Amino acid sequence: MSGLTGRTIAEILDLQATGQASAVEVCRAHFDRTRVVDPQVRAYRSLRETEALEEAAQIDRDRRAGRKLGPLAGVPVAIKDVLCLRGAPTTCGSRLLESFVPGFDATCVERLRSAGAILTGKTNMDEFAMGSSTENSAFETTRNPWSLDRVPGGSSGGSAAAVAAAEVPVSLGTDTGGSIRQPAALCGVPGMKPTYGRVSRYGLVAFASSLDQVGPFGASVEDVARVLQVIAGHDPRDATSSSLPVPDFLAGLRRGATGLRIGFPKEYFPRGLDSEVEGSVRSALRRAEGLGAKLREISLPHTEYAIPTYYIVATAEASSNLARYDGVRYGRRAAGAMDLASLYLKSRGEGFGAEVKRRIMLGTYVLSAGYYDAYYLKAQKVRTLIRADFEAAFRDVDVVVTPTSPTPAFRIGEKADDPLSMYLSDIFTVTMNLAGLPGISIPCGLTKDRLPIGLQIVGRRFDEETILRLAFTLEADLKFSDSRPPLPILSAGPS
Amino acid sequence: MSITLEQVRHIAKLAKLEFSEPEYERFTRQLNAILGYVAQLDRLDTSAIEATSHLEPAAQALRDDRLQGSVSQEEALRNAPEEEQGLFKVPRVIG
Repeated sequence: MSGLTGRTIAEILDLQATGQASAVEVCRAHFDRTRVVDPQVRAYRSLRETEALEEAAQIDRDRRAGRKLGPLAGVPVAIKDVLCLRGAPTTCGSRLLESFVPGFDATCVERLRSAGAILTGKTNMDEFAMGSSTENSAFETTRNPWSLDRVPGGSSGGSAAAVAAAEVPVSLGTDTGGSIRQPAALCGVPGMKPTYGRVSRYGLVAFASSLDQVGPFGASVEDVARVLQVIAGHDPRDATSSSLPVPDFLAGLRRGATGLRIGFPKEYFPRGLDSEVEGSVRSALRRAEGLGAKLREISLPHTEYAIPTYYIVATAEASSNLARYDGVRYGRRAAGAMDLASLYLKSRGEGFGAEVKRRIMLGTYVLSAGYYDAYYLKAQKVRTLIRADFEAAFRDVDVVVTPTSPTPAFRIGEKADDPLSMYLSDIFTVTMNLAGLPGISIPCGLTKDRLPIGLQIVGRRFDEETILRLAFTLEADLKFSDSRPPLPILSAGPS
Repeated sequence: MSITLEQVRHIAKLAKLEFSEPEYERFTRQLNAILGYVAQLDRLDTSAIEATSHLEPAAQALRDDRLQGSVSQEEALRNAPEEEQGLFKVPRVIG
């Protein structure tokens, strides 16, 4: 059944519609592949094989009975372990939530179920989505399928690696400062952060509420669009979810790049940028020009302030959000506490890892009396300047193209002890979270060591259509998906 | 602006976190490195700039005041580390 993995959503739907494969067979093939591949890649935290096979069997019964099927009927989808999935452990990569089993589905998960998707399991991540490599997971580090001694990126590294290794056709991640786009770039798959407000955050365990957004990974841009179509849209349970209508994302994909105005900001091609990353992205820009797009160099002058702004805003919100973990109603409770105060201290002390504590400390400091104006208020004002940079740029261009990550995948351990250098992994992605803009990363080439390079396309607020359209057009032109991760077990394509 | 060991101890108290001596020292070092880096924001004059706290004006998210389903007591207690008679049980609050 190896021919059932490494397929696009359209192929999986077609195989089932024409009776060449059942949903159960498709589902089983992906679990079989996971069994072989995942001991090396370690993308999953937990699998729900029994439930998934039952759900797939129900899809097959519905099909035989002639019932109406959803747009993702029988398509396996993996879920980042920060999204609540009823009855499945939701650890957020943390010891603190190791035994937490939510009694409800996140809205995006619920919508996937209603669309007939088969939820395969939960994927590994940096603890509470804080990190750029999955090395901050309390449980294990996910490996990059292109080179097992390198990181897959993070924090949604498990979801990116699972798709890159063809353990699952599509997956969900979350992106607070680049946590979908950076691992997508490092693992050589498309991954999208939609506009803030496009996808409900209900059931997403909060990290930084004004920045967090849920989005898909897929083996193709079309697959990303298909999943986005299902999870997007207003949800009364998330006060920040937008009630703007959701366009038909598939319909717009094939409109080509003719006439599209692409801005490339000089601040995103700084001196000292990895030469292979720069070369690959610039070459893709020339291809876009060849396809009829118009290129223009632009300036986003406050770019250099994005990382410091982000690390104030994000940690401040995190310190507040993570105050809820007190060992009382759910999550880890330390043994032997004699009073309530020591219960808090011990439970949080045992439950949180070093990076989470560091960010809680920083966030608490920037919000504390006497420092609020100097740090938090200041950062919120600079955030306004960063938004204004983009608003000005989008008067002249339709999309902005940049490298996704300043480097290809780095080695496991290389940045683990240097928080600042790890923070700089997100230098090209955090701005879009601060400005609330949609961004997609697509693979645009390989380094000479055969590591993927990602290109980021950023659009106006709620204009996912245009970035998907350019991503789809470039993807067809660059033909990156002809390249596969080099593991022997992964080299076999669909039969 | 740099942060002292004493301030780090105070922040830990506010954050309900507790560290060993070497950890307090390490956090002081690391927080100072990060704060030194974020100090570059001081180069910008933001006196006339509005702060962005939300990307959209506060959403009108109020619904009609009508009774609707909620989480059952059993469901709410399912993840409780300790419970008794349908309540979350905690150690004594006042000594």
